[in-house]
Amino acid sequence: MSVLADHAVVAMLLVPAAAATLLAFIANYRLAALLNVLAALCTLLAAASLAWFDRPPPGRYLLIDDLNIVFIVLGSFVGFTTSLFSASYIAHELDIGRLTPIHLRFYHAMYQVLMFAMTLALVANNIGLMWVAIELATLTTVVMVGLYRTHEALEAAWKYFILGSVGIALALFGTILVYMAASPVVGVGLDAMTWTILIERVPAFDPALLNLAFVFLLLGYGTKVGLAPLHAWLPDAHAEGPTPISAVLSGLLLNVALYAVLRFKLLLAANAGALAPGPLMVILGLASLLFAAFMLFRRRDIKRMFAYSSIEHMGIITFAFGMGGPLANFAGLLHMSMHSLTKSAIFFAVGHIAQAKGTQRIADIRGLTESHPALGWPLVVAVAAIAGLPPFGIFTSEFLVVSSTFSREPLLALPLALGLLVALSALLLRLGGIAFGAPSGASAPVKASSAPLYVHLALVLAAGVYLPPPLVAWFQHVARMLR
Amino acid sequence: MDRLAFDIAHLLAGSLVLASFMLLYQDRLYAMLNLFALQALLLALSVAWQAHIQGASHLYVTAGIALLFKAILIPLALHRMIERLGIHREVENVVGIGLTMLAGMALVALSMVVMLRVTAEADPLAREDLAFALAVVLLGLLMMVTRRNAVSQVIGFMSMENGLILAATGAKGMPLVVEISVAFSILVALVVVGIFLFRIRERFDTVDIRALDSFRGERR
Repeated sequence: MSVLADHAVVAMLLVPAAAATLLAFIANYRLAALLNVLAALCTLLAAASLAWFDRPPPGRYLLIDDLNIVFIVLGSFVGFTTSLFSASYIAHELDIGRLTPIHLRFYHAMYQVLMFAMTLALVANNIGLMWVAIELATLTTVVMVGLYRTHEALEAAWKYFILGSVGIALALFGTILVYMAASPVVGVGLDAMTWTILIERVPAFDPALLNLAFVFLLLGYGTKVGLAPLHAWLPDAHAEGPTPISAVLSGLLLNVALYAVLRFKLLLAANAGALAPGPLMVILGLASLLFAAFMLFRRRDIKRMFAYSSIEHMGIITFAFGMGGPLANFAGLLHMSMHSLTKSAIFFAVGHIAQAKGTQRIADIRGLTESHPALGWPLVVAVAAIAGLPPFGIFTSEFLVVSSTFSREPLLALPLALGLLVALSALLLRLGGIAFGAPSGASAPVKASSAPLYVHLALVLAAGVYLPPPLVAWFQHVARMLR
Repeated sequence: MDRLAFDIAHLLAGSLVLASFMLLYQDRLYAMLNLFALQALLLALSVAWQAHIQGASHLYVTAGIALLFKAILIPLALHRMIERLGIHREVENVVGIGLTMLAGMALVALSMVVMLRVTAEADPLAREDLAFALAVVLLGLLMMVTRRNAVSQVIGFMSMENGLILAATGAKGMPLVVEISVAFSILVALVVVGIFLFRIRERFDTVDIRALDSFRGERR
């Protein structure tokens, strides 16, 4: 079986790479969208097969272990559903003339390059390779954000490029420092960058160098996670790019960056002399949560509002992993999965709504449940879920984060609960205007498949009502591994 | 460790920091480009010297890349771009030169203190190199923050990457895979930036970032 699994890992990388090359030459956009969906489906199947069958032993460059398989399966699932959404979304953009066929060809190729880069970042067993993959993912999303070439889109892409590359540069410096710490113990060469060897030998590394490296890595990759005060690129990038990209950014790319932070947190936790990485992550997480929760009140643009909500949730997840321990880690993993599913579902709904209404201004979108019930009601459900209302999965995970914090550090639970409540009230306040009341604006029916939206919401609801025991056991296992 | 080899490595890395400082106070774009080319040349020399004393022949490739692309091709390309697009040749600063220089000095002091203290047990050659490299990185960052003009922000970014390459070559035996990818990603980044500059120009007749800032955050 191991041979088969080996092929699955290679397929996960080869399929998007081949699809990207092919898509660059396909002029017919319907065919391209179909191929995009097919490639994403193949990637998902390969990823799912890894969760079922035995895993290949770690190689020099690639690695599948208990931690990254969660990210891989979740990521390729969201990648697949987003490609379905993108197929119906992008055709409309072509009809109204916001995009030209040549842009679409570029868009589809870039989508697969992005999938390739994110998968590579997750399966890399080499910290240098992981860095290269995350840099590639950043550059691809930069050009995707600027795709519409409007004033705002260019500003957003430029801001993202500048902040993203500063983050990526700091992360590289951190990576070099890890290598410096490793090479006296492991010996020079490739081994000193191989993850599986690093984690084995890390107790003997120089703690001072590791500490400094972690500060750089946390700031660098933290910029990509969207942690305050390094989040400035995130709302613009979400608001101005095509909506499928907003969904992929929130549902996938933020998780990939978080994965990188978690890997290095593990490294530090295994070295007795190094500083505890937890408190740093707790502070950054809380700051992002509180900042974003208050910023939610003043949003006028619907996509920008949900971008701030992403900062808030990444804050909660970082906080949970920073607290550490089996329960908080479990809550962090669950929250991450639920947030990815819910937030991409919200962007699927928002994408179609903005197309139907012809605007992203919250003030111009009114009474959706009356004018577009098929989109309005799912949006109500999704926002209720993201705000943390029961019976959805996010309620479960937020409850776990708060209760585990309360039992260990009651004082920290106060700002946490405050942030959650503020965000909840802000979201419900805005939702009231958007979903209910007298409809305004265009009321043309939307011709789009909402299947991905419903599937995501059903999963989030199902997770909130009943988590299957094998999944719980799996998450618990990973949570223990994360310390 | 051969005393002379050590001193030469030190000298070259130190002059990179000096070049970074000079970049901070330039007020004309062409002068800035020439200085950047000089810094890239120094980087190429420094990397080649490292290759020589470490006996790591693959580092010559990195030196060659630095020399060819960063010291020659990119400055030439940017030069032509400034000419053809008729970009305003003066550089606007957000903060005054005096304040920027003071901040720069503080950053260099910070990186010396931090790196030298932390790496007390590391190989002496690598640790001095790393301290200089961090200074170059931080100065590049400072330059990106204090300039309004898009071209000078790009130059700040590239000088930051120079610092990163200095650090990567200072770390003994760091695999070539990474170095090539570093060089490669800089190129990709530049292509992206180039496209952006053209697109920005296409729409607004300016490469001044402040013009982009007019639409602050929210759409109204």
